[in-house]
Amino acid sequence: MTAAASNIIIGLAGQQNAGKSTIFNMLTGASQHIANYPGVTIDKKLGSYRDEYGRVEVVDLPGNYSLTSFSLEERVARNFLLREKPDAILNVIDASSLRRGLCFTFQLLEMSFPVAMALNMVDVAEANGRKIDHEKLSNLLGIPVVPTIGRKSLGKTELRQAIRSTAGSNPTGHSFHVDYYALEEHLAALMELIAVSKALSGTVSLRWLAVKLLEEDPEARKLVSRYHEQAEEVLEAVDTTVRSFQEKTGMATLDYIVSCRSRKASEIVDNCVKETDAGTVHFSERIDRVLLHRGFAPVFLLFTVYLIYELSIVQGYKLTVLTWPVLAWVRATVAGILPDAGLLHDTILRSLPLWMVDSVNTLLNYVPIFMILFALIAILEDSGYMARIAFILDKAFHRFGLHGQSTLPFILGGIFTGGCAVPGIMATKSIPDERSRLATILTVPYMNCMAKIPLYTLLVNIYFPSYKSHVMLFISTITIIMAMIVAKLLTTTILRGRETAPFVMEMPSYHLPTLTGVLRRAFDRTWVYIKKVGTIVVAVAVCVYVLLQFPGLPQGRTEHYESEMERAVETFHNHIQDTGYARMLQEKPIVKLLNVSAAYRDAKLAASTREASSAVDAGYETRHPELFQFLRPRDADARKVNRALRNLSAERASLRTKIREETILYSYFGAVGRAVEPITKFAGFDWKINVALISSFAARESSVATLGVLFQEGADENVTLEERMGRESKTGGRTPLHALALMLFFALYPPCLAATIMVKVQTGSYKWMLFSIAFPTAFGLAIASGVFSIASALGLTGIQAMGGFYFLALGTAAALSFIPDPAWEREQKRMIEEA
Amino acid sequence: MFHRFRRRGRRPSAECPGCAKETANTGCRVLAQLGKGCCCRVRGHKANGAVRQRLLDLGFVPDAEVEMIRCATLGDPLEMRLGDYYVTLRKREAEMIEVKDGDCTAEHKPKLKS
Repeated sequence: MTAAASNIIIGLAGQQNAGKSTIFNMLTGASQHIANYPGVTIDKKLGSYRDEYGRVEVVDLPGNYSLTSFSLEERVARNFLLREKPDAILNVIDASSLRRGLCFTFQLLEMSFPVAMALNMVDVAEANGRKIDHEKLSNLLGIPVVPTIGRKSLGKTELRQAIRSTAGSNPTGHSFHVDYYALEEHLAALMELIAVSKALSGTVSLRWLAVKLLEEDPEARKLVSRYHEQAEEVLEAVDTTVRSFQEKTGMATLDYIVSCRSRKASEIVDNCVKETDAGTVHFSERIDRVLLHRGFAPVFLLFTVYLIYELSIVQGYKLTVLTWPVLAWVRATVAGILPDAGLLHDTILRSLPLWMVDSVNTLLNYVPIFMILFALIAILEDSGYMARIAFILDKAFHRFGLHGQSTLPFILGGIFTGGCAVPGIMATKSIPDERSRLATILTVPYMNCMAKIPLYTLLVNIYFPSYKSHVMLFISTITIIMAMIVAKLLTTTILRGRETAPFVMEMPSYHLPTLTGVLRRAFDRTWVYIKKVGTIVVAVAVCVYVLLQFPGLPQGRTEHYESEMERAVETFHNHIQDTGYARMLQEKPIVKLLNVSAAYRDAKLAASTREASSAVDAGYETRHPELFQFLRPRDADARKVNRALRNLSAERASLRTKIREETILYSYFGAVGRAVEPITKFAGFDWKINVALISSFAARESSVATLGVLFQEGADENVTLEERMGRESKTGGRTPLHALALMLFFALYPPCLAATIMVKVQTGSYKWMLFSIAFPTAFGLAIASGVFSIASALGLTGIQAMGGFYFLALGTAAALSFIPDPAWEREQKRMIEEA
Repeated sequence: MFHRFRRRGRRPSAECPGCAKETANTGCRVLAQLGKGCCCRVRGHKANGAVRQRLLDLGFVPDAEVEMIRCATLGDPLEMRLGDYYVTLRKREAEMIEVKDGDCTAEHKPKLKS
């Protein structure tokens, strides 16, 4: 197997923070994509490049500390190595912490893979005063070692050559192996026992399996019991060895094996590393003395969080103003291709595709925000500050069953009113602790996303005009309190059996992030968002469309609107009676004129420059020579027609809006809204509010729009929605207490469509997606009903009830924080039993 | 008044005021008791399974030298130095690591550049 094998697959393995992704980018350049490992939510990063012999496919293995089977990522990496048998492994190692990295390399060598080593970040090591003799290292390990600086793309050609030559080498002939001294004879005996099995001896390295068995690795045991003919015999031999070794030396075999590796690593380091500037404190440590100072750390953290919020959410929102016209143009183009609009009712061929475009546009509208956000997150991750954030806040979160790394998802979700749950849920990916990760995914939607704000503002303005700031403070803090309570409840009940991981991690050194690295990550993640959310949203949007549009208006209402429209058309004709165009327009179908004028208006609005605007004019003049004169009137008569046309157009638009909104009331969702009124009345919601809440599931923004429809008496008098709702509430007996219940429910309301889809993507199961809808609905309703009913019974005012509830929630959260972690209790019980 | 912010340098755990308080003459018994700026050596682990494996992977192997660097603002996760790199862990995991006195004369002795 030499150069003849032209196409090869290599695996990229290395410990976290070794700069694996920079090496990956350096090798593969732009040609890379992300796939999924089957059955798990871990990304599989693939890339490829060509050298003179052929294509080299590079698979980035998930970050590892070692190749055990305790964490999902490690299992995924190990299964890839065992099943797909790559032609070579490129081991990326951080030159500045060589000793620990070597322990990982030893395990790769033990697995008998052809290994090449990229000795990365040699510049950092040298800055820390350590010079590494890579040739000596290569000789000691018996594998090629290439010094690289991934961030500067140094060592690329040498690395590619080394990969090629390694892939052709004989994997079983590693001259290097770690000596396990006292265990060697047991290892030899075990290897003999394992070698009996034909299924195992041909496929895996015997020494590796024997070592793993002595480490009491559960997956290795599984491997033996599945494939070995005399599995019980082997496992029993393992158990006796482990026990007798423990009795003889007082040391567990695992500890012994790891310390043998560690000793070997130290030996190698002593041999090939020259301390040029011994005795200096790491550069990173000096930064940390300021940034992680016990007193100042929270200040720097707050500043960072504020900066992220300001740059992505606030400035990104301003950017969406610039990008919206593009999306509007797409919609207009699609609208132009589809069958023309009817006078009042569109065919489903037109309305359904437009509905889908609108749903997708709503999500794409946030793309600029996500781009900035993901770029900033990439900077935080690459620089190493992200790990410090987790360090600072871990204790607070841990009390509620969460993890230090839950901070970022909560920030993105909108701790300070105005985030979005979708990137929040996406950011949970990096949380290593399965239980905390799920709890974070399920509680991030409680944060105040941008779309919740309009409803809060509306309600506060109507019902709490004199307590505005108090209520806003209440809303922004109660959500985090409730999220903590829910997280604690979930982690002590349904999530209690989930895998937890200790908060043990390396504090990475600070690095300057590279521009390409940051941009690539930002683009990649945004693309994943567009792809995943975009495709699923189209499917779900169809369902929501049906539920909101059917069965449609009753006959009487349809007739009512049709006669209204007829009257409007008549008025139009009356108005233009005395112009010279009256006869011509009498013959033409009025709907075409209306559609052309609407399209023309949209096109003019979209045209940003004068040239574009006159181009639009020219286009319409050639396409509709007869009608264009009414669009840009040049004489008095035409102007009159134009004016009448505009009135008619406005009348039509308002009728269409009314029909659309009334359709929702008569739709299946509307029926549900009425049907659940007996339950929701305990929370003080009538059916109108129910419909608004249900329709807001598709997108939160629509809740205020739907409420606008529901309280439409007075809309014609140009009275604002606030006043209309206020007026109706006085006659309908609605009080601030009703508003409080509604706000509480809205705060705890299930995530919107896009967020639930993200829940599906991140948890990999529809079960959790359904749970993320059902649980908050029940919980929110229970809280809202409880507050409403109790406060009504006690005769409290809205603001009193709010204060009471706030302190009750705060007290509950404080009390819950003292409940011990069930996983930890189990662990301790087990330890006591063992002792 | 700034003496509190000054680095006290590395002390073996036997001389460390934080540890001495806890366990009189014997020095610290578990890593969690180690005072800031003090160092010791790992004796063994009480933890099992994934926790033990992770601790071993990160270098808490028997006889490894550990220096306590700092704790977080809220007092929980601790930052330790193990030779040439830094590791954070929660107190409850630090309580699972048994330690003995270290001599702290290893060659990677850091000091501030003047």
